[in-house]
Amino acid sequence: MAPLGRAALILAFGLVAYAFVAGSYAAWKRRRRLALSAQNALLAAFPVTLIAAVVLLVALGRRDMTFVYVWQHTSHDLPLAYAFSAFWGGPEGSLLLWFLVLTGYAGIAVWLNRRSRELIAWVVPVFGLIAFFFGFMLCFVSSPFNLQPAPPDGNGMVPSLQNPYMLAHPPLLYLGYVGLSVPFAFAMGALLSGRTDERWIVATRRWTLAAWTFLGVGQLLGAHWAYTEIGWGGYYAWDPVENAALMPWLASTAFLHSVMIQEKRGMLKVWNMVLVALAFNLSLFGTFLTRSGVLDSIHAFSKSSVGGWFLGFLAVMVVLSVALIYLRLPLLRTKTRLESLVSREATFLYNNLLLVALCLTILWGVLYPVLSEAVRGQTRSVSKPYYDFFLHTFGLPLLLLMGLGPLVAWRRASLRSLGKTFLVPFTGAVVTGAILLALGFDSSWAGLLAYTFAAFVTVSILLEFVRGRLATGSFSRLISRNRRRYGGYLVHAAVVLLAIGIAGSSAYQTIRENTHLRPGQSITAAGYTITYTGLTGTKGPDYTGYRALLTASGHGERFSLSPGQSVYTGDNQSNDASIYHDPRTLGDVFTKAALAGRHGTTIDLQVYVKPLVNLIWAAGFLFVAGSLVAMWPDAVEQRRLAARYAAGAAPVGI
Amino acid sequence: MEWALALAAILAVAAVFFVARPFLRDPAPASDRLDELDPAARRHLELAEERDRALAALKELEFDHRTGKVSDDDYRAQVGPLRRRAAEALRALDGRETPSRERVPATHERLP
Repeated sequence: MAPLGRAALILAFGLVAYAFVAGSYAAWKRRRRLALSAQNALLAAFPVTLIAAVVLLVALGRRDMTFVYVWQHTSHDLPLAYAFSAFWGGPEGSLLLWFLVLTGYAGIAVWLNRRSRELIAWVVPVFGLIAFFFGFMLCFVSSPFNLQPAPPDGNGMVPSLQNPYMLAHPPLLYLGYVGLSVPFAFAMGALLSGRTDERWIVATRRWTLAAWTFLGVGQLLGAHWAYTEIGWGGYYAWDPVENAALMPWLASTAFLHSVMIQEKRGMLKVWNMVLVALAFNLSLFGTFLTRSGVLDSIHAFSKSSVGGWFLGFLAVMVVLSVALIYLRLPLLRTKTRLESLVSREATFLYNNLLLVALCLTILWGVLYPVLSEAVRGQTRSVSKPYYDFFLHTFGLPLLLLMGLGPLVAWRRASLRSLGKTFLVPFTGAVVTGAILLALGFDSSWAGLLAYTFAAFVTVSILLEFVRGRLATGSFSRLISRNRRRYGGYLVHAAVVLLAIGIAGSSAYQTIRENTHLRPGQSITAAGYTITYTGLTGTKGPDYTGYRALLTASGHGERFSLSPGQSVYTGDNQSNDASIYHDPRTLGDVFTKAALAGRHGTTIDLQVYVKPLVNLIWAAGFLFVAGSLVAMWPDAVEQRRLAARYAAGAAPVGI
Repeated sequence: MEWALALAAILAVAAVFFVARPFLRDPAPASDRLDELDPAARRHLELAEERDRALAALKELEFDHRTGKVSDDDYRAQVGPLRRRAAEALRALDGRETPSRERVPATHERLP
C-alpha cells in the first residue's frame, strides 16, 4: 500500500512540476501545444493525488501501524470516523489534504475557463508553482507514507479531537484556505498575461465566495467546538491559529466588496489585486503558523518541523505578488474617479479600509510575540484587551457601515435623499438605544453601541426587502433578479445576529465562581440558582471520569447540569463543560467543575450565563443561506458575460 | 508490493500519455502559436465592459429610483449622463468591426 501512495505522490509532484515549468515556458514563448500539455498535467494531478489520499485513508481505516503516520495519530480502539479524521489530524496528512484540494480546485477552475486561452496559459503555471511546493513537501520533507515495523498499538488521538466537529471543521477551513488560491492564481495569471480586464474576476467570483463561505463556516464550527468541548468558557480566544483563519477571511471580505466597485465603476483595480494577494498570502501564513512550531496553540501541530520551508515559500509568493502588481501598474490604472464621498462606492471604500485595518492589527498581534522572541529573545504575548480594543474601534463602525451602505446610491447621494432613506432606520436605532439605556445596558458602551447599530442595520435590511418587494411585485422575482445584492443582505443579517450574539455573550455575560462547594450548597448567577447535589463517576471505552450533579432553576425554567472531567488513555485529561440552552433568553448557562481536592466530594464550580449566545450559531445558517443565494448562477448574466467574452476566445485548440 | 508498483507504473504511463496528448493528436500543426488578443480585440473588450457597466448602472439607478432610494431630483441629474455614456459605448461598439472574425467562436465561451 505505502509504495503505491508514495509513487502516486511522486507522480503528482512530477505532473505539477511539469505544469509549472512547461506551462511557464509555453506561456512565455506562446507555444500552443506545450501550454495544452501543461494544462493536461495539472488536470491529471488531481486523480493521481486522490489515489495517494485513498491509500492513506485505507491505512487509517485498517489501523495499519506499519504507517508511522497511522501509529502517531490513531489506536485500535479509536472509532472508525475519528480514525478517518486523523487524515487531517497530523501535519503530513493535512499537507496531503491541502495538495488534494489544491489540485482538485485547480483542475476544475482551469477546465471551466479553458477557452480563455490567453489567461489560462498563465494561470496553469501559477497553480503549478503553488502545487509544486506542496508536492515537494509531501515527497521529500513530510511524507505520510513512511513505514516502520508494526508496534502493537498506536498513540491514539487527543481527546478534544475525538469530536464530531473535528470531522467537519478542519476540512472546511482547508476548503477555504486553499480556495483562495483560485482567485490568486487567476489574478496573477491576469497580471502575467496582461489581461487585466474583468475576465479574471468573472472567472473567480464564485470561487472567492465559496472559499470565503467555507472559511466563515469553518471558523464558526471551530468556535462552537471550542465552546462546547474545550470547556474554558468562551468560543474565541484570539489564539494565533484562530486569528490565522480570521485574517484571510477579513481580507477576502474586503475583496468581495471592493471587486463590486471594479465591476460597476471600473475602479480599484490595483487595490483588488492587493487584496487577492493579501488573502492568499495570509492563508499561506496561517498554514505556516500551524506548522512552524513557533506557537504553542491547541490548534497547532507541535511536532512539525516544516516551518522554515513554509516561510521561504511565503516570502517567494509575497515577493512575486508585489513585483507583478508593481510591474503591471500601468495596465491597472483607471480613468474613473470617485465622484462623491457620499456614495455607495465610498461606503465600500470605508468598509475596505476598516476591514484591512482590523486584519493588519490582528496580524501585528500575531507577529509581535514571534518577532519579540526572535529578535530580542523576550517572550511577550498580546492578549485579549489589545484585540478587543481594535475589534471595538474597527468592528463597530463596520457594523454601522453595513446599514449605511445599502441606503446610499451609487455615484452620489444628495443630503435630501439620505435624510429620507435614513429616517426610518435612524429612528429604529435611536428608539432601541434609548430603551436599552433605560434598561441599564450602559454597563457596556461597546455592547450598547453594538445593539443600537444592529438595530439600524436590521431596519435598513428590512426596508430594502420591503421596498424591493413593492417595486417588483414578488419576493422571488426580487431575489432572482438581484441574487448578489439580496444574498449579500442575508449575509449582512447573519453578521447582525453574530454581532448581537457576541455583544450579549461577552459584554453582558455574568461569571460566578465558588470554590469548595459542598453537596447541598448553591450558587446564583443572573437570576439562576444552581445547586450542587452530589458527585458520580463515568466510564467510557477509553476514559474514566466524574460528573458534578447540579440542579438549576431560574427565568421560569428548571433543568439539570453535569460538568466534570475525564481522563483518557495516555493520561490525556479533558474538561467536560455542561451547558443548558435557555429557549426563552436564547442564552446559555455554561458550567464547569473540578474536584477541590484529591478525595471527597467538594468541587470548584464556575458558572457563566451568556445571554443571546445562541444567535452566533443561528447566524451560521443564515450566512450559508445568503452565500448560496449570492452564488446561485444567474442565467441572464451568464449569457451576457459569455457574449462579452466571446471575442476573447480562440476558435480551436485549448 | 508488486501489484502496487505495477499499478503505479500503469498510472504513470496513463499520465504521460495524457500529458503528451496535444503532441500526439497534432504532431505537425500548421501553427503552434498560442492565440492572444490583438489590440483591436482588447479595445473591443474594454468597450464591451464599458457598455455593460453603463447599462447595469442605468438599471440600478432605475431600480433605486423605483424603490425610493434615489430622489426624483437625483434621478434626473444622473440618468442623462448615464444614458449618454451607454449610448457612446454602444455607438463605439457598433462603429467597430467584430475584432477578428476568426476569433469569434461558434459557441460562446463557457463561464463558471
